[in-house]
Amino acid sequence: MGKIAITGGLLADPAQDSPAHGALLIEDDRIIASGTIDIPSDAEIVVANGLVVAPGLIDLGVFRTDKPAFHYGGITRAALMPDQSLPLDDVGLIREAARAGKPDFWVHPIAAATKGLGGKELAEIGMMQAAGAKAVGTGRSWIADSGVMYRILAYASGLGLTVISHAEDAGLAGRAVATSGETATRLGLAAAPTCAEAMAIARDISLVRETGARIHFRIVTTKAGFDLVRAAKAEGLPVTCGISPAHLFLSDNAVTDYRTFARMSPPLRSEDDRNAALAAVADGTVDVITSSHDPRGPEDKRLPFADASPGVAGAETLLALSLNLVRDGHIGINALMRLLSANPAQILGVDAGGFAEGSAADIILVDPDAPWIIDSDKMAAAAGNTPFDKVPVQGRVRRLMKGGIFYSE
Amino acid sequence: MPFGSPRPATLAGRDLFPHKHLTGIAQLKPWEIRFLLDEAEHWVGVNRSSASKHDDRLSGLTQINAFFENSTRTLLSFEIAGKRLGADVVNMHAAQSSVKKGETLIDTAVTLNAMRADVIVIRHGSSGAVQLIADKVDCPVLNAGDGWHEHPTQALLDALTIRRRRGYIEGQIVTICGDVLHSRVARSNMLCLAALGAQVRVVAPPTLMPAQAECMGATPYTDFDTALDGADVVMMLRLQNERMDGAFIPSPREYHMLYGLTPERLANAKPDALVMHPGPMNRGVEITSGVADDPERSAITEQVEMGVAVRMACLDVLTRGARGVEGWS
Repeated sequence: MGKIAITGGLLADPAQDSPAHGALLIEDDRIIASGTIDIPSDAEIVVANGLVVAPGLIDLGVFRTDKPAFHYGGITRAALMPDQSLPLDDVGLIREAARAGKPDFWVHPIAAATKGLGGKELAEIGMMQAAGAKAVGTGRSWIADSGVMYRILAYASGLGLTVISHAEDAGLAGRAVATSGETATRLGLAAAPTCAEAMAIARDISLVRETGARIHFRIVTTKAGFDLVRAAKAEGLPVTCGISPAHLFLSDNAVTDYRTFARMSPPLRSEDDRNAALAAVADGTVDVITSSHDPRGPEDKRLPFADASPGVAGAETLLALSLNLVRDGHIGINALMRLLSANPAQILGVDAGGFAEGSAADIILVDPDAPWIIDSDKMAAAAGNTPFDKVPVQGRVRRLMKGGIFYSE
Repeated sequence: MPFGSPRPATLAGRDLFPHKHLTGIAQLKPWEIRFLLDEAEHWVGVNRSSASKHDDRLSGLTQINAFFENSTRTLLSFEIAGKRLGADVVNMHAAQSSVKKGETLIDTAVTLNAMRADVIVIRHGSSGAVQLIADKVDCPVLNAGDGWHEHPTQALLDALTIRRRRGYIEGQIVTICGDVLHSRVARSNMLCLAALGAQVRVVAPPTLMPAQAECMGATPYTDFDTALDGADVVMMLRLQNERMDGAFIPSPREYHMLYGLTPERLANAKPDALVMHPGPMNRGVEITSGVADDPERSAITEQVEMGVAVRMACLDVLTRGARGVEGWS
């Protein structure tokens, strides 16, 4: 392969503060220069025509390798949650998962922290790392035994792996399917108080302070949770957190009428917590926005609310919904690309998610204003379980490059 | 909705009750609730007056009682109501275990629909399940209890009992005591009685009280005696056995000490206060026999009687469109 120059675009470089006109120079599968640069005469020129040029999105914490949806949404890599039909607690499974999307989509498997995700015995984390795992995760569930969690964090820190934790105290959350409050009371749904999240985060932060391990709370949704993460960061602890667009743009009244597409874990919260989430994005407390992509068909969703599986098909709407944060003035587009690309790359320890020399040539060309309407009947994803059905959004990926090769359109 | 808001004077026919299904009290306007109660009054009279209680207005119609959760009295009540109206009543008992997978639930709904049922009565253990089925069938659906969500005919029969025994509902202080958290009866009653202008109090140990119970139109209490003070009606809820073992309350006897309705405790309420219970009762736990069997105070058997009348009214009203009753098409 030779050199490719992407010119005439607006670079949304996560390392910069604001977008700038400039070019990207790519050789083979790496970026070799960006910004105001001389274009070598032997480079193939791709004119971006005023589109936003951004790093491909890195989706930190998805449940299915669903390439059509990821490509539609401009996602070039995803960290796969260990909660698969066979939990990713074994070298062979990790290797297989890491191979699944190549070459045009890369999966970074998250190794199950405990055997069978049972929350008791340590899985072979080091061997799974050698096989391609980029992080360790507790999966959908919280590790109730503090001693086990302490040892997971300590062990992972020795390997330089980030532990990706689910922040819901299982004793409080129990079999709850909603957040305590008016909606759950009216609908007669089992509900848990929001402090289930803060309690889980508070414990894990204490363990981080003890072990020095890096922890990433995959989805944080409550004011008390953000306050704890904010304070931990101020203290200098290696703590990061993420959120999904659903938790940023919906509150628990979306559950009214028992809409199972709005059933997710953690559950949707109150409007006050949602506003706290927006503030946490704006002030930098939130590091990652993840689609938490989990396509679920009617057999999992056309059920009574409490019997339905949690999960949202979010991959193809991740970018368009997140662009609302820019349009509404919460953050700039460069900061958004930090949340969607650079920070996930850093947490996973992969050379991607930015325009630095040597970074992977995973690039998307985005028309940030292109309007479209989310339609659960016409999704690229394996299933259309979006709580944003019929919502008008703006922002479409026009071209997608993975490893120096353009794939879509 | 203002308390006791009057029915618009021009309403007639279908506009009196413009709902295809009865899935919950939450969907109803106060005058629609009162319309159903007025209709039920008629059936109380019929049921009491004649040896032959048969009315054939539902003749030729098929009523399916699809009960995904065990029930004796509600099922019986719906069966009697349907038969007195002349419907062909079929009971379907589906053990909860065999219907756990949801596709089966939708499939069951489609199956019932294909059998051309004219009205389906459903009880299910999951909140929202009845609505899910109602969305999939062509005929009217009556909710006979879904999870912790609603049990509308229970609330209607309770309201009818109160209205008949006390004369009116507006302004009555109604104290509902027990496991409010897990109770569809409590939810429907809070909504129904508040819509009809009662002052509703709910009282439960904090472990059995839902968050923000005020949103259902009731004032929450934790002390039973305070909640009983000046009450016109005391409605006791059944405490499920599985909640008594230390998960939500320490023991049945402690529950009885704090929340059991005894004659002494009832003295806090108005001297002529009415005692109600949706049944079946745990005698000696939430209510003592002395209170439950006091003919002056207890309306418990009358509730059962009103249940048949209310269900007859609901079956009649919901099928009027299909039967071509004038003004109801």
